Amino acid sequence: MKISRADVAALVQVDRVHRDLYLSPELFALEQRHFFANTWNYLGHTSQVPAPGDYLAVEIAGRPLLMVRQPDGGIRVLYNRCAHKGTQLVSDACGNTGKFFRCPYHAWTYKLDGSPLAIPLKSGYEGTRLKECESGQGMTALQHVAVYRDFVFVKLADAGPDFESYFGEALRAIDNLVDRSPLGRLRIEGGVLRNVIHCNWKMYLENINDTVHPMSTHESATSAANGLWKDQPADAPKPMAMEQILPFGAGYDFFDRMGGRVLPNGHSVLGVNFSIHSGYAALPDYEAAMREAHGEERAAEILQRSPQNALCFPSLALKGSPQAIRVIRPLAVDRTLVEAWSFRAEGAPDLLFERAMTYNRLVFSPMSVVAHDDVHLFESIQQGLRAQGNPWISLHRGFEARELDQAEQTVSGTNELLMRNQFRAWARFMTLTMQD
Amino acid sequence: MDAATERELLDFVAHEARLIDARRYDEWLALFADEGRYWVPLMGEAQDEGAAHNALADEDRMLLTLRIERLKSPRAHSQHPPSRCQHVLQQPVLVQADDDAQRYELRTPFVYVESRGERQLMLAGTVRHRLVRRAGSLRIELKRVDLLDAGAALPAIQLFP
Ligand code: FES
Ligand SMILES: [Fe+2]
Repeated sequence: MKISRADVAALVQVDRVHRDLYLSPELFALEQRHFFANTWNYLGHTSQVPAPGDYLAVEIAGRPLLMVRQPDGGIRVLYNRCAHKGTQLVSDACGNTGKFFRCPYHAWTYKLDGSPLAIPLKSGYEGTRLKECESGQGMTALQHVAVYRDFVFVKLADAGPDFESYFGEALRAIDNLVDRSPLGRLRIEGGVLRNVIHCNWKMYLENINDTVHPMSTHESATSAANGLWKDQPADAPKPMAMEQILPFGAGYDFFDRMGGRVLPNGHSVLGVNFSIHSGYAALPDYEAAMREAHGEERAAEILQRSPQNALCFPSLALKGSPQAIRVIRPLAVDRTLVEAWSFRAEGAPDLLFERAMTYNRLVFSPMSVVAHDDVHLFESIQQGLRAQGNPWISLHRGFEARELDQAEQTVSGTNELLMRNQFRAWARFMTLTMQD
Repeated sequence: MDAATERELLDFVAHEARLIDARRYDEWLALFADEGRYWVPLMGEAQDEGAAHNALADEDRMLLTLRIERLKSPRAHSQHPPSRCQHVLQQPVLVQADDDAQRYELRTPFVYVESRGERQLMLAGTVRHRLVRRAGSLRIELKRVDLLDAGAALPAIQLFP
């Protein structure tokens, strides 16, 4: 069945979306072709490829990509495909290729920027059309690559907005994270926690902006934590794990008041006033170093701002305060890879890095005590939506017709506007390059 | 070391796994020393004990208690239906024994199956037990689980490999 632009548009209404968005393999294939090609997707962090020849292999929307550190220190992103017959130049997830890439199949070689270096038995190509063919040009480099404060993003297609106009104010979330380093530099460290969840990727993305669920979803974890902690005096110093788990049990009112902000193109910030990360113990020496580095005002701005989640739609969710990111990589219509990475902020105390690792381990590990209930419910939705009778997913909470004219808006933290905003952007980038 | 102690150590490892498989978590927790630790490093065997590197799980008694209490909650949604597990152990190998201090370390290759509803997850690896005798009984100072695929993209692991 051919899906038209109008068909896609009809799936996203102002206050609800259709279940086919989560269930249809045809739509998933269209997303790979259009949606993920027209949007800016997070690829990796430059600290993962510190030296010339270092590479990181990542698949985005089914395309195998290679981020490569160049001899001049720059970053290039190439398709991981030999110009000859398509062999992947590297098959490790990361490593160093030396001064050039050499294909393991017939030994064609390429410079680090992908341009052709040498071919064995070169004379055999004399008088052929190889030079004019794509195959003679070397590895294909991506045209749309943006490195913002060491965060590397790519856009696969020519269509869609340029980097700055795509993210706009959402980039302040990256600033907040990077500026937590008095030196203004982050490094990815401590490894990555990788989860496979049997649900559609959009469900995971919605949950990043969902504050109505913690009370009911996480009751088992928070009541166990409360049970352990209840006999402690009110001023007892909390172990880091307790500091991070207990706030999941905050009430509806807390989440309501934390506030949420939507931005154009699907981005959002949840917890603009405060969040579950606001209450971490103060670190006077570090705060002094921050004032020294950034000035009084900016330091206060960075440190006081600890949103629960900032979403750089559609692939990156940031937490400034525990210095962690989640990367969402759709694998199939009903299978999603979620990675949780931790950052070390250079010049900041080890404790901040430990907060990042502890948070990721407690909340985003395959062995998390908090995430099991989320994951179960995502997988439950994936099954439940096959039910007949009601094909719609409700996003009515807080809907007001006038929100349709406002690209940027701050609302209560429990307003489903943050999700409606994602789907409006989804429909836009999905149909941007579709014919008819 | 005398044969009786060796027998006792091997039995301890088997018993420890059996308690988990039988869902006797409170008894299992009681096997840990006060400062005992349950650790599933993210790099498996390759991870140094002192390295600032993350783990799939790294839990002291407080966090293990939290985990066990959570499993008892009727609101643990992911436990409807409940997960079940089965450890299949090789014969443990004693890699270190200090009879004077009564501290021992054993390595036990294993296969671990966790099942829930229609889905089954299998993990393989080696567990290292660091045991110490306290008031006459053996206690776990460290249970280190080195998974073969610790760094792989994994589905939820809900019990205790
Ligand atoms: S496929 Fe790479 S050299 Fe032939
Ligand atoms: Fe959640």
